Amino acid sequence: MLIPRIPIGDSVEYAVDWIDDYFGVVLDLISDQLDFLISALKDALLFLPPELFILGLSIFAYFAGKRNVKLAVGTAVGFLLIQNMGLWVLSMETLALVLSSAMLALVIGIPVGILSAKNDFLNHAIRPVLDLMQTMPSFVYLIPALIFFGLGNVPGMIATVVFSMPPTIRLTNLGIQQVPKELVEVAEAFGSTGWQKLVKVELPVALPTIMAGVNQCIMLALSMVVIAAMIGARGLGYQVLFGIQRVDIGLGFEAGLGIVIIAVVLDRITQHLSPR
Amino acid sequence: MDRKVKLEIRNISKIFGKNPLKVISLLDKGYSKDEIFEETKQTIGLNNVSFEVYEGETFVIMGLSGSGKSTLLRCINRLIDPTTGSILIDGQDIASMDAEALRKIRRSKLGMVFQNFALLPHRTVLDNVAYGLEIQGVKKEERYAKAGIAIETVGLKGHQQSKITQLSGGMKQRVGLARALANDPDILLMDEAFSALDPLIRSEMQDELLSLEDAMQKTIIFVSHDLDEALKLGDRIALMKDGEVVQIGTPEEILTNPADSYVSKFVAGVDRSKVLTAEAVMWRPEPLVSINSGPRVAVQLMKEHGISSIFVVEGKNRLLKGILMIDDAVDALKSKKSFESLIRDVPSVPPEMPLNEIIPLIAGSEYPLPVVNESGKLKGIIVRGTVLGALAMSEDTGDTSDLETEATGAEVKNTAEIESPERISGENTVESGNAPESPVSGEADGELKGKAPPEIKVNRDLENKDLENKDLENKETGSVDKELEVNAC
Ligand SMILES: Nc1ncnc2c1ncn2[C@@H]1O[C@H](COP(=O)(O)OP(=O)(O)OP(=O)(O)O)[C@@H](O)[C@H]1O
Ligand SMILES: [Mg+2]
Repeated sequence: MLIPRIPIGDSVEYAVDWIDDYFGVVLDLISDQLDFLISALKDALLFLPPELFILGLSIFAYFAGKRNVKLAVGTAVGFLLIQNMGLWVLSMETLALVLSSAMLALVIGIPVGILSAKNDFLNHAIRPVLDLMQTMPSFVYLIPALIFFGLGNVPGMIATVVFSMPPTIRLTNLGIQQVPKELVEVAEAFGSTGWQKLVKVELPVALPTIMAGVNQCIMLALSMVVIAAMIGARGLGYQVLFGIQRVDIGLGFEAGLGIVIIAVVLDRITQHLSPR
Repeated sequence: MDRKVKLEIRNISKIFGKNPLKVISLLDKGYSKDEIFEETKQTIGLNNVSFEVYEGETFVIMGLSGSGKSTLLRCINRLIDPTTGSILIDGQDIASMDAEALRKIRRSKLGMVFQNFALLPHRTVLDNVAYGLEIQGVKKEERYAKAGIAIETVGLKGHQQSKITQLSGGMKQRVGLARALANDPDILLMDEAFSALDPLIRSEMQDELLSLEDAMQKTIIFVSHDLDEALKLGDRIALMKDGEVVQIGTPEEILTNPADSYVSKFVAGVDRSKVLTAEAVMWRPEPLVSINSGPRVAVQLMKEHGISSIFVVEGKNRLLKGILMIDDAVDALKSKKSFESLIRDVPSVPPEMPLNEIIPLIAGSEYPLPVVNESGKLKGIIVRGTVLGALAMSEDTGDTSDLETEATGAEVKNTAEIESPERISGENTVESGNAPESPVSGEADGELKGKAPPEIKVNRDLENKDLENKDLENKETGSVDKELEVNAC
């Protein structure tokens, strides 16, 4: 009856320490790069005066939505409200974090999705990992992220990437696998190379599904901002935490509203970007 | 007539499953498909299929669902890799090619048209058609020019920039066809290409394919489960069952000479009149009289064979000159008219004319219908009974005894009917027992061609009349045989 306790927790701790010891230099390097990415994006977003930025974004929304006036007006009103609440800089910090996290998740997730769609072994191997990434409470991997990358934006970004990448992988995989068999046969029968088949047939046909994955990825990234703030990420998330700690309902609500506005606008714009 | 072999399939087998070689060895030991499935849970897609397709031929692969048609077609461009066997295109083995060589062959020699069109939804018509050229790296102007020509060929001019979703089914398949044609491949593979279209459009597309085929002389391999379509399009047809080819032959061969009961069941109920041609139902033209022999010989022959008219031919090549009626000939013997002035012109039909066009002609004709090829040679003759007999076969291809009653029971007026109408009317009807050699009876093995017309007893007064000319016979009979051009269709 005496089964020795399996030291799962200890093993993980040991592994994390081991990685930190032996790959510390590499981790620092990655950390620097990611930090640079986020701040560069933030600087770019803050480069324009808010009014001009809002105008630009509204015009973009107008054309992205195929001349959608409602979307353009909604975008303008929402962002003007953010500015009016005095949350502009915080919002741009949040936007920078969310967009760079989403970008990283997509840059890794889409190719992994494609590869897993083409390779049965990878497909089977990756599935439990994805399940784990999606179901494991995100607080759990905040800790190793903190150990690897220290306090600040970068561990927040890593946690966000881990959380928002699975749907991208899944939907890219699904999109590619759902390309009708006859269309794949067309590509092959006419003598396409593997790359031509992917770029000229599979990806374009799978694009709507992949775009749904992109949309999901951005939404999940946004939902992580408050949690990321717990390990030092800046922006609206931090403001929400601050409001909670101070029991400042107004402060928390305004910051939360800011997140919602950004979420809705990004959601609508990315939805319209996908071709139907 | 040796034609160039374009595609040669040699002993192709395809096993779907994890351990195909085991199945192959079981097959070699003579196990059946079902037994093997029981034992190994593997499916036999194709079992030792071999055939050749000639250049410029339209070869139809036909069979019930699941018989392996698509599998066979997809082996030809290796969308499916055959388990064993070889596939030679212009003598090159596709089955053993590496990816690079295969890609070259696919680009240059093989085009494919798909059942559900399989157009790329994100591309315009033009870009769909240009796809094959695009992946070969052909420059934009050139590939658009070539694609434009292909689009015109299939009658879609003006739709180049249309979106795929804007097209009807028929138009979509035209795009599919144009896409395959744009590469100018030698061989077109078409998997149930018209099955998804409604009947009118389908028939229209079939006609179009036929005229394209006339103009371009491509080798076409066409999969169909529709017999009418197969018969209409195919120069030859391969009938498949359970992954094996049961019979290969021209439409007529398949109809008139089914290899087994599966094939005859398959062909039962088809509208034969569209498929059977003059050539398939004609009889050996016998007897004939040479234009050099004169009326006496003619009368003699007609008497011998009990017929009242005879075709007159000239020379070794049996050039048809016309028909001689017995009355005319007898009159001529009395009045000493010239032989040639007695010969009447008759309408004739070419060997490839389908039966449904022959029926109205023969219905209105008093004589048998001569079948004459392009060079004027008399190939055979068609009488009403033959036509009816051939059509009656469609009622039940398996059971010939039925057919016999069918043909004869209908009181078919046979060759006798060609005799001068007013004298014989009514009396010369063939009675059931009298025409045991009607072409259908006992001829399930398909020896229609070259069958001589039944001998029919001519009524009394015709014979009496012949007796009057008895004296003439004796002198001429000796030379008759030499001058006759008999047999040898
Ligand atoms: N990928 C596959 N895996 C296993 N079995 C297959 C596969 N493809 C085809 N088969 C089997 O091989 C046999 C032949 O199939 P195929 O598709 O060639 O038939 P078909 O004659 O084209 O039929 P249909 O008229 O329905 O298209 C069938 O029994 C089918 O179940
Ligand atoms: Mg099929």
